[in-house]
This record gives sequence, structure tokens and C-alpha cells, in this order.
Amino acid sequence: MAKVPVQFTLNGSEKAEFVDSGTTLLHALRDKIGDTSPKGGCHQGTCGACSVIIDGELRLSCLTVAETCSGADIRTTSGLAEAGVLHPLQRAFLDAFATQCGFCTPGMIMAAKVLLDHTPNPSREDVIEALSGNICRCTGYEPIIEAVLTTARANSQNAA
Amino acid sequence: MALALQTFSAVRDANAALKAPGTRYLGGGTLVVRAANEGDVSVTGLVRSTDPTLSGITVAGGKVRIGASVTMAAIARHPELAALSKAARAVGGPAIRNMATVGGNLFAPAPYGDFAVVLLALDATVGTDDGELPIEDFLARRDGSRAIVTSVAFALPRAENFRFLKVSRVKPKGVSVLSIAAVLEQAGDGTVSSARIALGCMADRPMRARAAEKALIGSRLDQDGVAAALAAAGEGTSPITDPIASAWYRAEVLPVHLGRLLLT
Repeated sequence: MAKVPVQFTLNGSEKAEFVDSGTTLLHALRDKIGDTSPKGGCHQGTCGACSVIIDGELRLSCLTVAETCSGADIRTTSGLAEAGVLHPLQRAFLDAFATQCGFCTPGMIMAAKVLLDHTPNPSREDVIEALSGNICRCTGYEPIIEAVLTTARANSQNAA
Repeated sequence: MALALQTFSAVRDANAALKAPGTRYLGGGTLVVRAANEGDVSVTGLVRSTDPTLSGITVAGGKVRIGASVTMAAIARHPELAALSKAARAVGGPAIRNMATVGGNLFAPAPYGDFAVVLLALDATVGTDDGELPIEDFLARRDGSRAIVTSVAFALPRAENFRFLKVSRVKPKGVSVLSIAAVLEQAGDGTVSSARIALGCMADRPMRARAAEKALIGSRLDQDGVAAALAAAGEGTSPITDPIASAWYRAEVLPVHLGRLLLT
């Protein structure tokens, strides 16, 4: 299989790797670069566990061919904490007990981050819609929705 | 499974590469990469084109042209396509909508392809390097098609004339039990003067509800007026059976949902 160069920015750092042509971004991130925060769930685009943010848009890394991301800005959950301090969404997920097994959590958080980046004061319906591509099979959705709304409320209070 | 990807700036070059056995066109990846991930060994190589015309939306003189690489999210947020926003938003969750393309949706087998149902109701034409084809002809031949779809084009419906309904068991996002798109025009006296109704999941690909369309002409959109159309809605259908719903169930609920669509 031909190896091809893949070069992009991951959580603010330049990354360059050679991968098999046609390999998925999920595979490149987890097995070549070592960022295991995106999870490989269904590999069908159904569960959302592999969700990452590419150039500001939520995408599924399991269905994205890595070499199509050349020059892209990619964000994953592992890049959210700064200087050892959790991102407010991460903190809220913990505080609201919105992580049970935790497998869906990185994808949920990236979906929530895109929502709050574009809609700082979302309604409950906005949150449900934003998370509609992410499946959780153990936590239940209510704590997750509440964690996102709590983050939004805290953000608006900080901005006031 | 890794697949060699070839990228071409020109659609013509990508078309030539796509003639090799085992190659599939890579649009948003929601069909072909999924197939590869599931172990479809018939896919041995991927081809794509970065031609910028594939990503453009033009609206002029009531006519719309959407490049094949335009995503559902781009359609949903386009201010001049507000009439179609609800239908574009019905496709998958946010991440899928950022990836799924108009061109790919035309090839999506039932229960997917909700936007193709919309395009069928809109009487769209499908563009390739070889010219344009009516969408019904394209859908009939799509399985053997090797020409890259470059665009779709249609007349923009007035918002009040266009109706869309996706029925799913999981809200807000779920796979279709069925989907219905309709373009209805009414005369001054309130009777239906023209009707195009397209159905999703009632065959292996989007299909027209011709008997229902015919029954609607000259009728009012009230309980009595739509009765004949609802009775005829299942004519010619061959619904799919999948984990979402059986063919029997889809056939049973089609008149119910068509009625709701017509009477709202």
C-alpha cells in the first residue's frame, strides 16, 4: 500500500505523518499520532464517538480520509484542557455526572463545543439537536444535556 | 481497510480514473468510507475531485444550481434556500450534515437519501460532464452509472408550495421510516392545479406517487379532497424492510403521513 504524507494542525501543534493512502483520520489520530481521545465506535457514522472539529466544523473522523485533511485545523478533546485545567465543558461533564463509562464523552464534548462556539446561549432544544448525532448507551442523555446548559449559563455569567 | 485515494483538480481526469475496476468516487465519505469500514472488498480505490465548481451554490432568476460536493449543512444555512432548509436538516446529525453531499445523497440506498426525495419532487436535473439528465432517469440508472455527478439544478419552489416530512422513530435524528416531499400548486379557487409527490423508503430508491398526484388534481386540500389521493398513495410502491420498519408497516402508515403532510 502506498504511503502518503499527511500534514495538519492538531490542537495547535503541527503534525506530519506518513499513512497508508485512504486510511481514516480516526486511524491516523489514534494509531499514528497517539491521540486516543476520538473513539472508534461503530465506524459507520452512526454513534458519533469519533467526532472531531475540522476547520470549525463537527466531523466524523471514522468516515474522513486522513489525506483530505491536508492543511486543516483539527481539534480533539485531548486538546481542550489548558495548563492542566479542564475546559469548562469537561468540568461540567464531571460535575453533572455526565460521564459514566466515558466512551461517548469525547465525541459529546466536541459536539457541544461546536454548538457553544456558534450559539453561546443555546436552548435545551438546540442542545438536543446538537447532540443528536452522538449516541450514549449508559449515562443517559439528561446529565449530558444539563452539563452543556450549565456550561452555557456559566459562560454567559462570565461574559456579563 | 486502507484504500489508495487519487485526487484530481479536474472532474474530467477524475472521471477517467473512475473507469478502473473497483474504484469509487469519494464525496463526503458517508457512503463509500462506511462501506470500506464494513469490509466491502469490492471497493479497492477511491477517486475525488477538488474542482471548486463542485462546491458552489448559485440562485438566479428562480433557478438553483447546487454543486455535487455541497453539503447538507451548507444547504441548510443558505439564506436563499430557506424553503429547503428543513429537508436538508433532516439528513443525519450535525456531523453527518457537515459531510454528506448532494451528489452522494443521489446514490444513497433506502432508508437513506432523504434529500434525493426532495430533488425528485422538485423535478431536478442531474448534471455530469456528459450533460444533464432528468432525475427520474438518473435514479433509474444510478446503479450502473460511472459518470461523476457535478451538480443538480431545479426551479426554486415558493415556500408555501413545498412540503416535506420525514418520519423516524428517534427524534430529532433518526433513520427514515419514510419520507415525503411534495410541490403543490393551487388555483385561485383553492383546488390543486399541479402536484409532484416523491416518496422515500417506499422502494429501493426515491419514487413518484403518481396515482396520488393524479387524484389530487382538481381537489381541495381538505379531508374529503385528499381522500382519493391517500387511498391511491401506495399504488406502485414496493417498500423496503429493514430494522427500522417492515414493508407492511411502511405501507400501512404511508397514507396517514401523506394525509398529515397534505392537510397541514
